[in-house]
Amino acid sequence: MNNNLLKNIIRFIWLVLLQILVFNNIEVFSFITPFIYILFIIMLPFDTPKWVILVSGFMMGMCVDIFSNTGGIHTASTVLMAYISPWAQKVVSSKQDPEAGTQPGIKTMGFRWFFFYTLILTTVHHICLFYLEIFSLTDFFGTLKHALYNVAFTMVFIIISQYLFIGRKTE
Amino acid sequence: MRPLIQFLIKNYNFFLFLVLEFFAFLLIFQNNYYQQSAFFNASNAISGGIYSYYSGFTDYLSLKKVNKTLADENSNLLNLQKSSFIKTNNKTFIVNDTLYQQQYTYLSAKVISNTTNRINNYLTLNKGSKQGIKKNMGVISPQGIVGIVKDVSDNFCTVTSLLHSKSKISAKIKKNDYVGTIIWNGDDYRIVTLKDVPTHVKIYIGDTIISSGYSMMFPEGISIGTIYLYGTNKGKDFYEIKVKLFNDFNNISYVYIVNNLMKDELNELEKKSQNE
Repeated sequence: MNNNLLKNIIRFIWLVLLQILVFNNIEVFSFITPFIYILFIIMLPFDTPKWVILVSGFMMGMCVDIFSNTGGIHTASTVLMAYISPWAQKVVSSKQDPEAGTQPGIKTMGFRWFFFYTLILTTVHHICLFYLEIFSLTDFFGTLKHALYNVAFTMVFIIISQYLFIGRKTE
Repeated sequence: MRPLIQFLIKNYNFFLFLVLEFFAFLLIFQNNYYQQSAFFNASNAISGGIYSYYSGFTDYLSLKKVNKTLADENSNLLNLQKSSFIKTNNKTFIVNDTLYQQQYTYLSAKVISNTTNRINNYLTLNKGSKQGIKKNMGVISPQGIVGIVKDVSDNFCTVTSLLHSKSKISAKIKKNDYVGTIIWNGDDYRIVTLKDVPTHVKIYIGDTIISSGYSMMFPEGISIGTIYLYGTNKGKDFYEIKVKLFNDFNNISYVYIVNNLMKDELNELEKKSQNE
């Protein structure tokens, strides 16, 4: 348990630094920035209490907000995402029931499950984020298009990260 | 009372969710309208410290370009010096320095964090209130206007970039002095839009756009960019002019913060005439 806690705290710091120092500087087609930091919420173990997920989502969003001068838009969208994450775990059906303490990942739950689970959460987070950032509904579809392009890129980076870092360690 | 408490306990996750979202939205509104969130932005000591440490590494990558702009700027300044002019008028004349009173002072600062890919972009600089920086000072680079100081801490300040959905900067066409407003629509960090120029004005692609000097933040004549495309909307009397910026916002390392020494005087005067 303690080991798990420590691992998650290290991942938290590591993801915040990665987001603000590396990914915030990435821009594809001048408007796409992958938001890799939401991987922290995605990878919280299955039996995490709901309030822990919410509070850690709040803290994660706040850290990113402070560093990128965005007020509270990352906080608001990450909290929303954290709130629906237990629901998303149930909606995406899986063959095996997860054991307590395991964390969602391609290695533990299979590619298909992880892909759809991440897709739901990333889409909710990004759509919320983009509409809050522009703070108006004029050019509704333009904003939606931006958000969905961004979802694709974030997904690519999250799935690559699964194969690069986490895959080997859990064996 | 008991049922209420039971209800709260049973649904505590939902209420926690509401409370956290409430705080998040509080931060959003504070950031958008009051600009008082002095702590929750990149000008505080922790995030400013991390950014300046980080830029200590990345600075080396742009040294060559920074050196070139500095050398260019130095040669421009040398050209303006009195010693590089020859007197062509042989009649007597008086140099009277009291004719001029300094209105603007400049302070150089280093950019320690910068974005161009969001809809609302900000920069963080390594100068703060200890060095005399105040809110709403203008920020320029050797190539043109950069933005306006938003928040100040002891040693750092954040700057609302020209590339911000709410930024509005008064500008004019250099050759005929017609004034318009520069805005950014969030698409391309190299292109901004100049609005409010009436359609009877003759403009050409390649015309230079400079600052108008109507705002108190920037002196007149700071370069901004050149006209790149223009058109009119149906039934409107104003052009929509696309301006290509001189500044490469992706590659700004050193900037100048403009201090208008007569700002208070101007402010007071304008307040007076508004009250009447």
